[in-house]
Amino acid sequence: MQLRQKDLLGIEHLDRKEIELILEAAKPFKSLFTRSIKKVPTLRGKTVVNLFYEPSTRTRTSFEIAAKRLSADVVNIAVSSSSVVKGESLIDTGKTMEAMKADFIVIRHSLAGAPAVLARNLNSSIINAGDGFHEHPTQGLLDLFTIREKKRKIEGLTVLLVGDILHSRVAKSNIWGLIKMGARVRVSGPPTLIPSGIENMGVEVNYNLDEALKGVDVVNILRIQLERQQENLFPSVHEYMELYQMTRERLANARPDVLVMHPGPMNRGIEISSEVADSPAAVINEQVTNGIAVRMAVLYLLSGRFQPNKKTDRGIHE
Amino acid sequence: MNKLIIKNGRVIDPSSSMDEVCDVLVADGKIVKVGKDIASDGALVMEARDKIVSPGLIDVHTHLREPGHEEEETIASGTRAAAKGGVTSVLCMPNTHPPIDNAPTVEFILMKAQKEGMVNVFPIGCITKGSLGVELAEIGILKSAGIVAISDDGVPVMDSQIMRRALEYTKMFKLPVVSHCEDKNLSKNGVMNEGAMSTMLGLRGIPRQSEEIMVSRDIMLAQLTGGHLHVAHISTAGSVELVRHAKKVGIHVTAETCPHYFSMTEDSVKDYDTNTKMKPPLRSQEDVDAIKRGLADGTIDCIATDHAPHTEEEKNKEYDLAPFGIVGLETLLSIVVMELIETKALTWPQALSKLTCNPAAIFSIAGRGTLAAGATADITIIDPAGEYDCKKENFLSHSRNSPWIGRKLRGLAETTIVGGKAVWSIKEAIKKQQS
Repeated sequence: MQLRQKDLLGIEHLDRKEIELILEAAKPFKSLFTRSIKKVPTLRGKTVVNLFYEPSTRTRTSFEIAAKRLSADVVNIAVSSSSVVKGESLIDTGKTMEAMKADFIVIRHSLAGAPAVLARNLNSSIINAGDGFHEHPTQGLLDLFTIREKKRKIEGLTVLLVGDILHSRVAKSNIWGLIKMGARVRVSGPPTLIPSGIENMGVEVNYNLDEALKGVDVVNILRIQLERQQENLFPSVHEYMELYQMTRERLANARPDVLVMHPGPMNRGIEISSEVADSPAAVINEQVTNGIAVRMAVLYLLSGRFQPNKKTDRGIHE
Repeated sequence: MNKLIIKNGRVIDPSSSMDEVCDVLVADGKIVKVGKDIASDGALVMEARDKIVSPGLIDVHTHLREPGHEEEETIASGTRAAAKGGVTSVLCMPNTHPPIDNAPTVEFILMKAQKEGMVNVFPIGCITKGSLGVELAEIGILKSAGIVAISDDGVPVMDSQIMRRALEYTKMFKLPVVSHCEDKNLSKNGVMNEGAMSTMLGLRGIPRQSEEIMVSRDIMLAQLTGGHLHVAHISTAGSVELVRHAKKVGIHVTAETCPHYFSMTEDSVKDYDTNTKMKPPLRSQEDVDAIKRGLADGTIDCIATDHAPHTEEEKNKEYDLAPFGIVGLETLLSIVVMELIETKALTWPQALSKLTCNPAAIFSIAGRGTLAAGATADITIIDPAGEYDCKKENFLSHSRNSPWIGRKLRGLAETTIVGGKAVWSIKEAIKKQQS
């Protein structure tokens, strides 16, 4: 089995089988990381361009390490956000990359749909590394991978996403992925940060965090952008903390074996207390490790080489 | 005498409630008479069997872009597109560069239209100087220069006091105030309808209330002043209801909608195709249905294109960065045929009234939009069954930002006649293409 599309624009476009394929493919890659040599020759000769229109350290580094561990050549391009409006058009920049024979373009952009614009205009494989408030599919996939690894399943679990759902591409990708995999999804946050029509994606909304936490197997705490306060989406950080900070006391409402996740970077002491972030329930650093494995799997599968039954396939079944 | 006779067509003239198979006689650019078996001595004969013969269509909402954005459209190219679409008169919006807030710009447009235009052009002037929403434009002088309405289309008049003054002041000229109803504070940076779809796509939403709040405000101001409010491009069920109620209580309000608001929903934004981006945005099926009902019961008076040409360079980019607007002149008839006539939402006379006599009455365009004896011979011969593939390369507009490209469409203008002269003939066009 292979992925149906040349691009990964969102989890919305993946079916359950494809998600499972990626999660399966990530496993052997992860097992590489405990070896002294973490590199396989799988994508030798391939070129990956990280085209980042937004500042990012962890996602860019994660993609870079993933590509390098697959022996691909990696180029990082950071485009300042001012040139989104001025400067060269996105399509022209993409075509330039294609002319340089980039096999993959990993794009991070502040505007939703920017990866779709590239995908429509280019033959290179486009991987969405986060576009506006739309999706961040590899983050969603690594969250699924982490949940499945820890809980041994996804189906039937109750997962709660807390915080700024409106501006969160991570939330969107998580919702698509979790629902396709058979989990129950809840969101909790102030009504001003819950986007309209979110129920249509199949999630429950509960503004009261203590109630929303009841019976939850996994809680995924989203980063709160402090500047949202200036848009009057909440009155003060102080009040936000009062109502939505994940504290030990609050977390006690969830199941005793609850898993605590955060896509990072954390605002310690704001949306999550240090006590929770550093507790055994938290798997935040493992999410980062898993991110590399999942991104390796995505690059690998999009390169069209994945044939799970073929024992001779180099790199992961050796 | 220069005579023309259109034989055996189904002649529909909503201005006189006529709908029968007969002939139309034209001489020296005027309608002479409409009736059965008119003798064709010496006249050029045009056979119209199985076709519909209508007064020439009037589009009350077009952006011709000239002066200032000739790369998008010119008066020549825009009126050529109009002729192809069966439209014999266009009312052009004032958001040109410079804007139509001064007499010389009106005169320039009229002169250009005279020289290069294929169809009649009636300019709409600005409500405020530069459409900045601060000071009223010199509406009286603009009226003398030839405008038929005022509008700050594209930008709403946010200041209620200025809107009040505009509605009040224009009463002495009997000019309608065409309102682009949008509460800017609510629409903010939105690019599509607010709802589940905008959430899934991660695009900023524009709530229906952004339009409806301003429709209500303007209706109340029309009530206060007795001025004539014409609500542009209605896109929501709520706006239809507001206008319906206002008419019922006798407020002087008229309204238009556009083909995309009765044929498309926000679902088509799905792939970030920027040819689905316009203001107001595409809404939901309930809104589409309500607009069709509003057209059927007479709440909505006109069907206008809001023809808004933009170049491919402008449109083929990130959804947020692409400008609002789509072209519509060349597909107008097809969407009316497929979405209103074939679905039986409207009868032919109903649909044509919204494209002929209603616009003429609302904007006081004398002697057009009718086939009455003595009227100017602006006539559209419609082939309701004419099918074609909507292809990018076939557009006559400078711009091709149409959401219907790639679709098979039905219903077209076979011949378009302006002042007794054919300015478009599908047969000629096909001949030209083949040669």
